[in-house]
Amino acid sequence: MHKDTRFGLDKKTQLLGPVQLDSGVEFAPVEFAYETYGALNADKSNAILICHALTGDQYVASNHPVTGKAGWWTRMVGPGKPIDPARHCIISINVLGSCMGSSGPASIDPITGAPYAMGFPVITIADMVRAQALLLDHLGIETLEAVVGGSMGGMQALSWAALYPERVRSAVIIASTARHSAQNIAFHEVGRQAIMADPSWNNGAYYGHEAPSAGLSVARMAAHITYLSEAGLTEKFGRRLQNRDAKSFGFDADFQVESYLRYQGLSFVDRFDANSYLYITRAMDYFDLAELHEGVLAKVFAGTKTRFCLISFDSDWLYPTAESRRIVHALNAAGAAASFVELSSPFGHDAFLLEAPEMNRIVDGFLRAGESR
Amino acid sequence: MTSLRPDLAIIAREVRAHARILDVGCGDGLLLAALRDTKDADARGMELDARDVATAVARGLSVVQGDADTDLADYPDGSFDYAILSQTLQTTKRPDLVLDHLVRIGRQAFVSFPNFAQWRIRFAHMFGGRMPVTEQLPHRWYDTPNIHHVTIDDFRSFLNERNIRIEGQWFLSGDQPRNERFANLLAEHAVFLLRRDEAASEF
Repeated sequence: MHKDTRFGLDKKTQLLGPVQLDSGVEFAPVEFAYETYGALNADKSNAILICHALTGDQYVASNHPVTGKAGWWTRMVGPGKPIDPARHCIISINVLGSCMGSSGPASIDPITGAPYAMGFPVITIADMVRAQALLLDHLGIETLEAVVGGSMGGMQALSWAALYPERVRSAVIIASTARHSAQNIAFHEVGRQAIMADPSWNNGAYYGHEAPSAGLSVARMAAHITYLSEAGLTEKFGRRLQNRDAKSFGFDADFQVESYLRYQGLSFVDRFDANSYLYITRAMDYFDLAELHEGVLAKVFAGTKTRFCLISFDSDWLYPTAESRRIVHALNAAGAAASFVELSSPFGHDAFLLEAPEMNRIVDGFLRAGESR
Repeated sequence: MTSLRPDLAIIAREVRAHARILDVGCGDGLLLAALRDTKDADARGMELDARDVATAVARGLSVVQGDADTDLADYPDGSFDYAILSQTLQTTKRPDLVLDHLVRIGRQAFVSFPNFAQWRIRFAHMFGGRMPVTEQLPHRWYDTPNIHHVTIDDFRSFLNERNIRIEGQWFLSGDQPRNERFANLLAEHAVFLLRRDEAASEF
């Protein structure tokens, strides 16, 4: 069999589209950066789409080209893992608006020949999903065995089930929500204002010049706090001082937690574009799955045949268990096949990216049950 | 296959094939798995304990972590052929409201519970003068999950008040079935098949 060049690692393609955006804009052409692992079976029934979070990317199970670090979800995806290339054809796509090769504000606008910057249209989670559907059409994949995602990836998985119920047999939604709360929006606004307050931001037109790294770094620091739990921070850092025996009576990073956050901020700017951060956080803030259904979430899922599996973590205060439970109640009201469990972890929102044997056991059982049907 | 607890075996036997089933307080999903495998049931569950839910989902069952006292309200009327509440009634905060939901959600409902009027329990209480600790109810007064004990006669009079019809009843002593005679005194466990009396509930 000749090699199908649409599948494999570090793939790029441009599709004519257009993607019909929620804002009314028709966006075209659309660039996609994606990876696939494992082979599509003869009846094309083993495709699993992995959706990444805000600052994630397509490198779910292979090394990141900038940082050199291992893929962001190798605990879930890989040989012998619940999502296994020996069994599944795994697809991971850099979302629309991001900066790892798919169309985003740093991409070149074919009309002007310059980066879109703030000329890039404002996008939504649903727009990201519509773009992904376009790529799946290109790959010849009509139906997905499962859509799987944590955090913003979970929002995409929910949107997939809402927009294309006939294309999604199972959806796994981890540490996520069906809408952004006022508190979620508030934290994002702090991040965006930090970026826009950086003089280098220059209304987004900084490409070819110095990037607004200070602003993006602060945005990341603020967001990073929301990914951890108070207990986790206390255990990891307490009030311990950084490489010193006494307070400096100055504004150096006296405390370990300060030093840690500064490092998180600084290392982030090397791999992420500030404008992408603005666009993607905006998309998350606009996310409210029930908005087009008079606020009644159950109506979103009326008559759905998709199976759902939701997992939350008890120390996650960014998307707390109550938000998952709200989705579960809606699924129950809609008569959908739903599974849900709140797992215990000290690691807050980030728990879904860390070692969680119980999470793996649940996802594995859920996916296998879908395969045996 | 792991053998089912006797009250569950009765329910598993009586359920119609291909039915839609909600098991409230389903534990690790043993009954649901049996109903799925032997009756081709569309079997769903609700369970409070996270570890049990994880095991049930890993078995491939659709089980949500939830509380019978708070999480039944969202299920539409008549959305299941059977709603099952096995050995859970006596652990709920408001068994009356849970039962109302059960016969609302399920066109029929199975309810099983330990009978608190069984003679051994009466003896232990009467002559021991202490809260009964028996084989069927092994917990002590301070660590028991059973906060609303009920007897077969209590249950029957409750159903009568609520216009809930009994469509089947089974009684157990140990693993052995026994007949209805003196069930309130002699049976350790009871299983009831119930249906809401639609005509009467209009008023």
